[in-house]
Amino acid sequence: MDSIIDPALLTRIAFYLFAGMAVVSAIFVVAHRNPIVCAVALVTAFLAVAGLYLTLGATFLTAVQILVYAGAIMVLFLFVIMLLNLESDPFEKPHVARLVGGVLAVALMFGLVSILGGTETTGQTIRDGSTEEVGKIFFGEYIFPFEMASLLLLVAMIGAIVIARRQEGEPASLIGQPGAGAEAASTAGTAGNDGPIGSSNRPEDA
Amino acid sequence: MIPVSDYYVVASILFAIGAAGFLTRKNLLVMFMSVELMLNAANLVLLAASSTHDLGRGSAFALVSVAVAAAEVGVGLAIIIAMFRLKASVDADEMTNLQG
Repeated sequence: MDSIIDPALLTRIAFYLFAGMAVVSAIFVVAHRNPIVCAVALVTAFLAVAGLYLTLGATFLTAVQILVYAGAIMVLFLFVIMLLNLESDPFEKPHVARLVGGVLAVALMFGLVSILGGTETTGQTIRDGSTEEVGKIFFGEYIFPFEMASLLLLVAMIGAIVIARRQEGEPASLIGQPGAGAEAASTAGTAGNDGPIGSSNRPEDA
Repeated sequence: MIPVSDYYVVASILFAIGAAGFLTRKNLLVMFMSVELMLNAANLVLLAASSTHDLGRGSAFALVSVAVAAAEVGVGLAIIIAMFRLKASVDADEMTNLQG
C-alpha cells in the first residue's frame, strides 16, 4: 500500500516530538517545587520515552514502559506523596550547592554527548522487539535471568513490607503529629539507635 | 531510519537532567524521581544500541532492567516512609544520623 506521506518522515517527526516532550517534562520534574507536579511531569516523560521505544520498533518494551512505569511506579509515587501529605517544599539547597550541581550536570551532558553523539553503527536487527520474539528469548535461552527477576521482585516486595510496616504502638496516621517523629528519633537515640526495624522494643511501645 | 546517535544524544540529555535534579534538590521523593529518569535514559541507550544488532535480545535485557527498577522503587519508597516516621520530614539534609 502506497502512503501519500513517507513513513520514514513520519517516524522522524514522531522522534523529534517525543524527544522534545521527554526533555521538557524532564526539566519540569527537576525544576518544579510542587512534588505532585513533578510526579505528573514524570508520567509525561515516561510516556514520551515509551514513544521513543516505539520509533525504534521495540513494541513490547513500549507496552511494558507504559504499564510498569507510567502505571505501577507512578501510582506508587503519587500514593506516597498523598500519604506523606507533602506541601510544595519551601526548603531549597544553598545557592552554591545548586550552582555546583548544575555545572556538574551540564559538564556530564557535554561529555556524554561528545562521546556517544559521534558513534554511528549501521546494520539491520536480526530479531525485532515484538512480544513473540521477546517471549521466545525469555522462555528459551534466558529462562534463568527471567526466574531471577521474578525472585528479585518477590524479595523486594517482602523487603518493602518489612521496612514500611507500622511498628507496635506507633500511630496509624503518618500526618498530624509533627512532634512524634522528633520524639521517636530522640528515644531511639537513647535506646541504642538500632534503626527503624529493630527499634520496636522501645519501652513506651509496651 | 533515525541514526542511533540521535537516540544517544536524547538519552544523554535525559541522564544529565536527572543528574542535575539529584544533585540540586533536597526533597527525597524528587531526588528519587530524578534517579528514575536516569534509569530510563540508560534503558533508552540499551534499546537504541541493540536496534542495529538484535532488538529482541536488547528488549530482554531492558525488561530485566525494568524489573530491577520496579523492585528498587518499592524498597526506596518504603525507606522514605520509614525515614518520614522517624524524622517527620523528607528533607535529605536532615538525615544526619551517620554524621553525613
